[in-house]
Amino acid sequence: MARIIALIIKELQAILRDRRGRVVLFAAPLIQLMVFGYAATFDLNRVPVAIYNQDGSQASRELVARFLGAPTFELADTLHSDHRIDALIDSRAVQMVLVIGRHFTRDLLSGRAAPVQVIVDGRNSNTALIIVGYANTILTRFGDDWRAARGGRGPPAHLVMRARYNPALRSQWFVVPGIVALLTQVVTLVVIGLSVAREREAGTFDQLLVTPLTQLDILIGKSVPGLLIGMVEATVIILAAVFWFHVPLRGNIVALYVGLLLFVTAVTGVGLAISAVSATQQQALLGAFLFMVPSVILSGFATPIANMPLWVERITLVNPLRYMLVIVRGAFLQGAGFGTLAGQFWPMAAIGAVNLGLAAWLFRKRTT
Amino acid sequence: MNGAALRRVRGLMRKEALQILRDPSALAIAFLLPAILLWLFGYGVTLDARRVPLAIVVEQPGALAASFAAGFDRSRYFEPHRYLTGQAAERAMAARKVDGIVWLRADFGRQARGSAGAPIGVIIDGVDANTARLVEGYVQQVWAGWVAAEAARQGVRDPLPLDVRPRVRFNPSVNSRHYLIPGLIALIMTLTGALLTALVIAREWERGTMEALMVTPVALREILIAKLVPYFVLGMGGMLGSVAIAVFLFGVPLHGSIVVLSACAAQFMLATLGMGLVISTVARNQFVAGQIALITTFLPAFILSGFVFDLHSTPGFVQAISHVVAARYFVAILQSVFLAGDVWAVILPNAAALVVLAAIFLGLARALARKRLD
Repeated sequence: MARIIALIIKELQAILRDRRGRVVLFAAPLIQLMVFGYAATFDLNRVPVAIYNQDGSQASRELVARFLGAPTFELADTLHSDHRIDALIDSRAVQMVLVIGRHFTRDLLSGRAAPVQVIVDGRNSNTALIIVGYANTILTRFGDDWRAARGGRGPPAHLVMRARYNPALRSQWFVVPGIVALLTQVVTLVVIGLSVAREREAGTFDQLLVTPLTQLDILIGKSVPGLLIGMVEATVIILAAVFWFHVPLRGNIVALYVGLLLFVTAVTGVGLAISAVSATQQQALLGAFLFMVPSVILSGFATPIANMPLWVERITLVNPLRYMLVIVRGAFLQGAGFGTLAGQFWPMAAIGAVNLGLAAWLFRKRTT
Repeated sequence: MNGAALRRVRGLMRKEALQILRDPSALAIAFLLPAILLWLFGYGVTLDARRVPLAIVVEQPGALAASFAAGFDRSRYFEPHRYLTGQAAERAMAARKVDGIVWLRADFGRQARGSAGAPIGVIIDGVDANTARLVEGYVQQVWAGWVAAEAARQGVRDPLPLDVRPRVRFNPSVNSRHYLIPGLIALIMTLTGALLTALVIAREWERGTMEALMVTPVALREILIAKLVPYFVLGMGGMLGSVAIAVFLFGVPLHGSIVVLSACAAQFMLATLGMGLVISTVARNQFVAGQIALITTFLPAFILSGFVFDLHSTPGFVQAISHVVAARYFVAILQSVFLAGDVWAVILPNAAALVVLAAIFLGLARALARKRLD
């Protein structure tokens, strides 16, 4: 036991001694949390729009006023003919052009559907869909108000929409808990990923193997520092998410931490296995990259797993980050506890056990 | 550069090329890595929600309620599940079995005949705010289709006062893959470019062979050029391979010219390799170079480039930081060249920014390398 503790202390010293190493481990994630917390958003505001109002009457001016009164849109240009529309969108000067037809008021008054055209830049199709959605909301409300003011009969039913768990549909509430899992993974991987490979390259790993320490002792000594640093890092980021970004933490904190511990263990296992299989640091780093990049992109962090083809979705089953994202989002927004999250626990435990076992086996196997 | 210098550079480049050919890991990073990642991500990364599981609750069956609910069966966006009570549907949503609930109350038929119309309760799981917004849009489409059909049945011509015609330029089918895959190319090339130089050159510093090179008659500038050129060629090869995958495997239209694309890609490659050089020179050893490369390349290129998240609406300080991310300019160029064509108003400013970034990184690498010898 004393030997293991000595090994753990030595590992922690090796990680924390280098000043640049400390900066990489502690300052970098906090800076990234602050920047990414504000950058990673699908919400739109101040979208530059151009308006081409061919009608010019009271009703059309009121419609234009509603667009410009919304925080989502900002007037960038007013058009008097249609031949600059495409050029404005092509050069990304505006993201949307609203075209109100010449007979807008006449059609409205005579009960014909008045044509309104919404032209958007589809180079970012997601933004395009959101802009069309916002525009539709304003146009529908305008139509309802117009009809209500004239006592007309509306459609037989209307939608009353509500969003559960995130009523204002803030991207930040979705993304910041995701960043908790993301940065925890990156830091744990950075700490663990090169640890064995570095010693192997320096020749000190062979020395470690001839000490009275057993394989299990070495495994524990190598993984505990990663676990400690990963958990501390996660705690700091969770505190920032709650007190700086004001994302509600509604669920069971114990369940969240059990999930975190399993997650950090799984990532530590993957990192140690990569490190143990590599002969050089360069290979270990390449391995860490090869694991991290797909695990982030195919985790559901930015693009939902439900949209993926089935065979890609199956690949994500071995990705610990996938489960952790469900746990953090569940614990933060949905108020989830052990009951709903248990299904996410055991796959991470299995991934951790397999990789840690593999790493321990590789420790001896790779010594020649 | 005179004849002797040219000869020296050529000799060094030959040595570098031989080293690359002997150690397959550099070739793997340049060609295999981009191909595999683009292939996997191209299939895996999409924002288009399809077959959204949706709970439908009809408390009191009736003709009107049935015709409304049938709209969801026909929609290709939804996979409707019927629930008898709202409570059962709420439980299904809490267990994440459905992403939304459409709830027609018992008095739906009676209220629909009234002058105010009946409310249709729609509750959507808002955890994933972006998907929730898209799902709201799809529900609205189903509703609008139903309103039009009901009006036509009763002989009313225009049930809604406005006739809204959305037109999406450059991506009429609103396929998110078409905008994500060009962005993926920039992301993947950032990784390979930085990895190639960061590691390979950090290794020379660590082993002391960089210092050995510097005591030869070869000038520092010549060493850096000789190091850059082979990796530049490798990186460009990987880039063209990625463009081919995007066009031929994923069917992303390439409206602009391949020449413009390659010219911009070359600028981007120089900036990325330059950044790798700076990292390897600052870090002094592979361990720290690896850590810095892990943290400074992938996540910034992923989040601050406009690849998935639109930078336009982010606060000023985020936009300011994003200006040092080379991928940001290249993503803008790629999205335009692929989907819109050679739009000079987009290409020129972004290409100019890439030139400036490349010059800064390469100059910095040279200055830092000289200082390190003191």
